[in-house]
Amino acid sequence: MKHIKTINRANLSATAKKGGCGKCQASCQSACKTSCTVGNQKCASESNSQDR
Amino acid sequence: MIHKFKAKDINILLDVNSGGVHVIDDITYDLLDYVSPPFSEECPQKIADKLSNKYNDKDIKETYNEIVALYKDKLLFSEDIYGDYANTTVKSPIKALCLHIAHDCNLRCKYCFASTGDFGTGRKLMPFETGKAAIDFLIEKSVGRQNLEVDFFGGEPLMNFEVVKEIVKYARSKEKEYGKNFRFTITTNGMLLTDDKIDFINKEMSNVVLSIDGRKEVNDRMRVRVDGSGSYDKIVDGYKKLVEKRGDKEYYVRGTYTRYNLDFSEDVLHLYNIGFDQISVEPVIEDESVEYAITENDLDTIYAEYDKLVDKIIQIKKNKGKINFFHFMIDLDQGPCVIKRLRGCGSGNEYVAITPEGDIYPCHQFTGHEEYKMGNLYKHTFDENIKNEFAGCHVYSKPSCRDCWAKFYCSGGCNANNYIYNGDIHKAHELSCKIMKKRLECAILSKVCEQLNN
Repeated sequence: MKHIKTINRANLSATAKKGGCGKCQASCQSACKTSCTVGNQKCASESNSQDR
Repeated sequence: MIHKFKAKDINILLDVNSGGVHVIDDITYDLLDYVSPPFSEECPQKIADKLSNKYNDKDIKETYNEIVALYKDKLLFSEDIYGDYANTTVKSPIKALCLHIAHDCNLRCKYCFASTGDFGTGRKLMPFETGKAAIDFLIEKSVGRQNLEVDFFGGEPLMNFEVVKEIVKYARSKEKEYGKNFRFTITTNGMLLTDDKIDFINKEMSNVVLSIDGRKEVNDRMRVRVDGSGSYDKIVDGYKKLVEKRGDKEYYVRGTYTRYNLDFSEDVLHLYNIGFDQISVEPVIEDESVEYAITENDLDTIYAEYDKLVDKIIQIKKNKGKINFFHFMIDLDQGPCVIKRLRGCGSGNEYVAITPEGDIYPCHQFTGHEEYKMGNLYKHTFDENIKNEFAGCHVYSKPSCRDCWAKFYCSGGCNANNYIYNGDIHKAHELSCKIMKKRLECAILSKVCEQLNN
């Protein structure tokens, strides 16, 4: 494309189907105790990650 | 829903519901002010006319076609299908504990939300019996979950370190029997770090949070001892030793910035320059009447400071330096699933805090708020109604989150701050939202720059 350069091909909706396995870390405990940022976490489910 | 912003002369476009990120030129940026689904096969002339004073007709129509192509690929204006998931994936097993090992502290940090350690409930240490009961509680409540997390928190947990060691030993002794994997973390102010403690922490803790605010004068203004003197000189060497011996295991040096150091990028860089590469510095959340509190009036300064910080971090990385600023971390391809993103930290639902007396709260910040006391380990009580209330708290139950572009990154923010400052866990703390959104833009920019540089 000439006007738009796509940086990633994320597909959040695909993660809905196999998501929620609960293997990932509880977010507030990763580094800070007064605010949570979930977008910076890793998915801990190998199967889900591979599907994306 | 889309979100577009300009940073460092780059136009960035986020497709909120897919997570897709695009770099766009000026014509696309402007055209997106006028177009949204449903799209026609060709750019309507009345839309082209709106931009005809800036761009030629051919370019406008070409750009329109690219937007439509991405829409058809579900990478732009993609559909929001997640509300149903929010309502159906409700209750979770409890998988994480915050153990208040010590409701006491050897520092008197001026901004402490725990009332300098005791959460306003009296100074005491957690007996091993409470820790043991907490581990048993977690095993019982975590049906279907293998990875369990226990965070040793305070006050200052090193004031009761023998109990920390006993709890770790007890939990490890149960792993095989119940098929669980405990991940321990600890948050410390560093005052009591010794070689023995460093070795134990590095062996057993999957993450360690080392509190320090940055430059000596900044740290020592807020993080003071009982006699009022600063803590910087006492803690830095211990932190360095811990990190050096830790190898590749996770850690963060973590600071709080206040109205006194709105030039906090200098504190992040100070921490980097003295040898730390995993850094988290975040804003104090405090009532606006307090002198050091951050207010709406400070936002422009704070935004500019984050711009400055992301610039410096991009430069460091470009020069092959290693630095990771917690709030600029974002994984655009492999981040958490959307189910996780609906609820954020999971407080009160999959994560609870335990006090030395065995009282259970939705998280550490709710401690002392009797209306949110969920039960007590010794009385074997646990209020499922409160758990259900938190399970039903997600980005679609919070009015200001539903239509926010950042909802899948911050996941509705901090329920405790919402409650403490707005009286309702569903009512977002607006100042935090504004700062969060700025940090997310910086995080996305940082990733975009990495990709463009490659």
